[in-house]
Amino acid sequence: MSARATGMRSGRWTVLQGQLRDRPSLVLVGVLLLLVLVIGVTRPGTVGPTWVANTILFAAPLGIVAAGQTLVMLTAGIDLSVAAVMTAAAYVAASQSYFGSIRAVILALAVGLVVGLLNGIGVAIFRVQPLIMTLGMGLVVSGVLLVYSLKVSPEGPPNVPDIVRTLGSGKVLGFVPNSALLWGAIATIVIVGLRQTGYGRLIYAIGDNPVACRLAGVRGWLVQLVTYVICGFLAAVAGLVLTGAINGADLSLGDVSLLPSVAAVVIGGTSIYGGNGGYAGTLVGALILTVLSSLFTLLDAPDPLKQILYGAIVVLLAAVYVRTAGDTG
Amino acid sequence: MKAAARVSRRIPVGPGIARFVRRNAWTLGIYGLFVAVMIFTISIHPNYGPYEIESLVVGALPLAFAAAAQACVVIGGGIDLSIGAMMAVANVLAARYMLHHDFQTAVLISLLILVGGILAGSLNGLIAVRTRVPDIVVTLAMSFVWGGVALLILAKPGGGAPDAFMALSSGNLFSPWVPNGLLLLIVVVSLVWVPLRLGRLGLAHYAVGSDRTAAFRRGVRVGPTRVFSYALGGFFAACGGLALMMSTGIGSPLAGTIYTLSGISAIVLGGVSLAGGRGGITGPIVAAFVLTLVPADLILTGTDPNLGQVIQGVLLVLVVMAGGLAPLLRARAIQRRVQAG
Repeated sequence: MSARATGMRSGRWTVLQGQLRDRPSLVLVGVLLLLVLVIGVTRPGTVGPTWVANTILFAAPLGIVAAGQTLVMLTAGIDLSVAAVMTAAAYVAASQSYFGSIRAVILALAVGLVVGLLNGIGVAIFRVQPLIMTLGMGLVVSGVLLVYSLKVSPEGPPNVPDIVRTLGSGKVLGFVPNSALLWGAIATIVIVGLRQTGYGRLIYAIGDNPVACRLAGVRGWLVQLVTYVICGFLAAVAGLVLTGAINGADLSLGDVSLLPSVAAVVIGGTSIYGGNGGYAGTLVGALILTVLSSLFTLLDAPDPLKQILYGAIVVLLAAVYVRTAGDTG
Repeated sequence: MKAAARVSRRIPVGPGIARFVRRNAWTLGIYGLFVAVMIFTISIHPNYGPYEIESLVVGALPLAFAAAAQACVVIGGGIDLSIGAMMAVANVLAARYMLHHDFQTAVLISLLILVGGILAGSLNGLIAVRTRVPDIVVTLAMSFVWGGVALLILAKPGGGAPDAFMALSSGNLFSPWVPNGLLLLIVVVSLVWVPLRLGRLGLAHYAVGSDRTAAFRRGVRVGPTRVFSYALGGFFAACGGLALMMSTGIGSPLAGTIYTLSGISAIVLGGVSLAGGRGGITGPIVAAFVLTLVPADLILTGTDPNLGQVIQGVLLVLVVMAGGLAPLLRARAIQRRVQAG
């Protein structure tokens, strides 16, 4: 904006803008590096291998849940039940750990699969708008969880299973977080899957033009259904990683992840109207948001102020993205 | 519009009443649902009287305003996920500044809060219009901002308001059967909504929500109209925050949050299309009363009150599924008739 105002409309600025438009992820990486630089300058000595490892550790749950959100948004949908699923998966795992870790983890993942399946049936078969379907499911899941928590509470306090704790907070060779490895594996599958498989290309196609897909003989409902199931599953995985990282579970564990899961996808350049974007951007988006909140923590900002700045910066980043990459709509 | 005209040429449009019913089927349905739930309530609670009506109105008032707020924004083609947070801001402002003041000052403060609500809503709208970031993202992020503002004003629940101000909702001026809250709701909504629907602005509001490009080509100023719909939403959200103050008696920075989600439930039940440009404001308000009555009935029938949220979610999804099936079946019927004739 300021460059335009000072009359540099032609020449280098236009070239730069064109470059940025072609590769919007460069802007994202720039923002990420800038934030890291700010932390490095304001709190010298903070940024180091341990800090990087911890940041990735904290970013992993967000990155995993945002992977599912990315897939759903590419089909022009949205999943607002991810926060409730994360909480439910974490709480179920913690409350069932008494009967064995494996069983607890399987039950927790089953929660994600079932909720995803119901979301998928509602959206893909009954054609309920994704916003309403997932909002309703979110209410149902957190309501059922409340009743469940009152039923199981006499059996003893929730206790995070050992496997989950190792997964969420353990580190390989004392340096690389386990959750980072899991996140890396999921990211690879999602990025390669979106590019290389027929299912991945169909996700883009459905989001871009559902009518053309139907006329081309694509079973769009099946693609949508599978996508919501994957999203529910990934949300459950993210819930487990989160509960392992903080070593505890309560009924509002996942609430804080709802806005970031949507924001990471949008900042990462995936259009909320579908058919445009990818997971690589979301990944950087999740890192940006995590570094941002660690910056606030380092600066010792009071909670309300932190919240205000966080919201404002999310809007700002999304606006910058829309401006450099052209209209995402 | 074009499609509707084509359809109406094929199937003869009935006389006025039939046409009215067909056009307002959903709204009439929600009125019917309200009457059914009310009859059920009275049947399980034979002593249903003025006191119960008063507590229903006082309980439903914040949600009714939240639904009106969301309806305004959604009809204009947007969605505002920060309505609950804006209600919280209005609520804590009222609680903090009305404490130990008389009725006149309280009314003056509420007028200022209403202006503040309009400004807050306009800010949401301006950001969404100017940055071209999708409405959902802008308002989800703004819900963090307004939530933070509410916490800055009042860190934990507290404050208060003069009794005369609270009586605006809970007392009764004319008859014990007509609580003030109901009159307040009717007066505020009709003062704002009726002139709007009769004027050009209301037409532009619906036109922009229905098809932004078409409205632009007809010469409607799309940007300002969208900002206006958000401003209207902010106004009703501020009303909701004040109603919350009247019903709970204290200010709480987190009390508003649930109203974002239940407000959306109410507008969807009340027949407002999330695609924009369709629906009215009375449907969502009646739906807000239904959504308040159902959990209360559940407690009366001995159901676990913790299941209230579950019921609300299931009700929302089922009603929308049913609503989605109706046009589908109608389209099939028309198709069959076209093929036959």
